[in-house]
Parts: sequence; structure tokens; C-alpha cells
Amino acid sequence: MVMKVEHEIHSRRKGRNMGVGLLLMGLIGIVFGLTVVKVLGLTDIRQLEKFDHVARPQLEPGALEAAEQRAADVADEREAAAAATQEGASE
Amino acid sequence: MTDATNQPQAQEAQMGDYFALMKPRVMQLVVFTALVGLIVAPVGVNPFVGFVAVLCIAVGAGASGALNMWWDADIDAIMKRTVNRPIPSGAVQPSEALAIGLTLSVFAVVLLFLATNALAAGLLAFTIFFYAVVYSMWLKRSTPQNIVIGGAAGAFPPMIGWAVATGSVSVESVLMFALIFMWTPPHFWALALFVKSDYGDAGVPMLTETHGRTITRKHIIAYCAPLVVVALWLGFTPIGGPFYLVVALTLNIWFLKGCYAIWRRTDADSDADNHAVEKHTFKVSLYYLFGHFGALMVEALLRNFELTSWAGW
Repeated sequence: MVMKVEHEIHSRRKGRNMGVGLLLMGLIGIVFGLTVVKVLGLTDIRQLEKFDHVARPQLEPGALEAAEQRAADVADEREAAAAATQEGASE
Repeated sequence: MTDATNQPQAQEAQMGDYFALMKPRVMQLVVFTALVGLIVAPVGVNPFVGFVAVLCIAVGAGASGALNMWWDADIDAIMKRTVNRPIPSGAVQPSEALAIGLTLSVFAVVLLFLATNALAAGLLAFTIFFYAVVYSMWLKRSTPQNIVIGGAAGAFPPMIGWAVATGSVSVESVLMFALIFMWTPPHFWALALFVKSDYGDAGVPMLTETHGRTITRKHIIAYCAPLVVVALWLGFTPIGGPFYLVVALTLNIWFLKGCYAIWRRTDADSDADNHAVEKHTFKVSLYYLFGHFGALMVEALLRNFELTSWAGW
């Protein structure tokens, strides 16, 4: 049986279909609202990041702090080396 | 070619029929008590998360109502009070009620878990299980104490609301649970004493029919005594206060007086005045529960506005 555009079932079930549509829209609104609330409630945006099948060192606990410490150490070493070079040149 | 889904049914189910499947009157009490449990908790909740949590608790309660109607369709068709429910009236098919009940149960529990915490979701899942399986499938048709133990399902919502906010169970939430749990038997039996029921025809053992009305009167006063203790005890917890205690004291004297009067009466007295005392006490029981939870909410508001210090509380 071919279903016509203006089939009787459309008018008969109009109320139900409208209700289901409104419920689905409400569900979308709830999921969207919860997402907004949860994201805005994060103290550190990095908490939002999770493993996504790509190795990212920043997701390891303490990895960022360790990397910052290493960068600071390297910078100190370079400064010390530069100072030693300057001292050698002045002598 | 025949296509059953396209054939007009004698009575096409509308959204209202599916909504009726969820027992909206029961949902009102669930929403109110869950909201109070959420508001009186010492930990604040984001208003949107709180709204979603109460919605999930209401949907969970509605889902268990749908499962109850699916299971009890045979006895609902026998009793006058329930014969117009969506399944016995033919508006909704039993398989639809089962599908709606199961789907909404899973939906409510999962969404509550995602929105709040595992304890709240677990308590909601247990509540649905308790009402649909322990009460509807097991106790309802096997013991006259069915509403006593089954009443626990209706007592969980404030505890879930509390768990949504705090992520824990504490003395306060257990006492809120106990308040509804102890209130259900005298409330229901007061009704059973003046409503002519046909539970007997449906094979459901109710205390008034299995043990008689005199025993039911004794049971009402027996449950009312510990109820008073629980209600007043709640006033001395951190969620209580002077306002709550004044309201609780007034309501408990009023309700206890009614229960005592029911206990002292005979069936002849009751028939003579058309069950006036029983009807009055039933009405008081409605004010009783609303008054206690309303007072708890007022106490929470007073604490928020720091207005409780006037009494040195």
C-alpha cells in the first residue's frame, strides 16, 4: 500500500507525533544545558580533555608541570652557559 | 495488503493516555518530596542540574508506575477504581506499557547518573526495582502488609534528592525516608476504612479484608506512634529548627488525635456518622505530609537568609 502524503494516519496521530517531537526537543535542550553547566563548572579547562586515541603527553598526570620544569632548567643552563661565555670573552 | 498499524483502532492512544500510564498524581508527591530533599541539603546544586535531577526522579517514578500498570492490568480490569486506566480501557496495549516503563527507567537512571552521581542514580534504580518488582510483582498479591513494605518505594525520593546534592546518605535523609515510610500505612488504612474497595474480588489481600476493620484501627494507632517520634526527631537535626518544630508539633497532635479517635471507634460508630472521623483523619494525613516537608523547605529558606539566629537555634 502506498502511503499518501495526506494519509488519514497523519491527522489521527498528529497529537502523538507533536508530543514525541516536543519530548525529543526537550531532551536535546537538557543534554545541551547539562553540557554547558558541566563545562562552565570546570576549574581547569584541561579537565575537559580525555584520551582520544592519540597519545598526548599533556594528559599524563604531572606531565605539563614536568615539561615546564624541564624548560625552566634548560633556560637556566643556557643563561649560565651564556654568562660563562661572556666572562671568558671579557678575560 | 493489510497493515495493522494503519488501521484506525477503536480508541487511538493519545499523549494523555501515555501520561496517565505514569500515574501523574503519585508523581506530584514524588516531585515535591524530592525537591525538598534537594533544597534542604547543606550542599548547593546548580539550578539546572537540580531541575534535571528532579525531572529524572519524576520520570523514574512514572516509569515504575507504567510497569506497575503493565503487571496489574488483570486486576485493574476487575476493580472499579482502576477500570478506566489506559490498559484496561484498551487505549494502551500492555506491551506498549512494558516498553515505555523499561525505556523510561533506563533513561531516567542513566541521565541522573550523568547529571549528578552514582549514588543518586543507584537509589533511583533501586526505587524503580522496589516498586515494580518487590511491591507490584511480589508483595501486593501475597501479604496484607503490602502497602507497609511497598510504601518504601514512595519514601525514597527525598533521600535521592539529598544524594543528588551531597552524594551521600545521612541521618537527615534517612529520617525524611522514615517520615514517609511510617506515614503511608495510617494514611492508606484511614482511606481503606471508608472506601468500599473491591480488592477482595481482585484477589489482593488488604488488611481491612483479611484481618478485619478492628485490627486495621489498631494498626493505624500502632504506626502513628513511631511516626510522631520520627517527625519530631527531624526537628532536632541540622535541617530542622524552631519553625519546623512548631509545625510538626501542631500537625502531630492533630493527626495523633485523629488516629486515636479511629482506634477508639467501633464499626457501628463509623457507619452511624458515615465514617466522618476516618474521612477527616485521611484529610489531615494529606496536610500532615505536605506540612512537614513544606516546613523543612521554609527552614532551608530561613537558613539561606540567615533568619534562624533570632531563636538562638
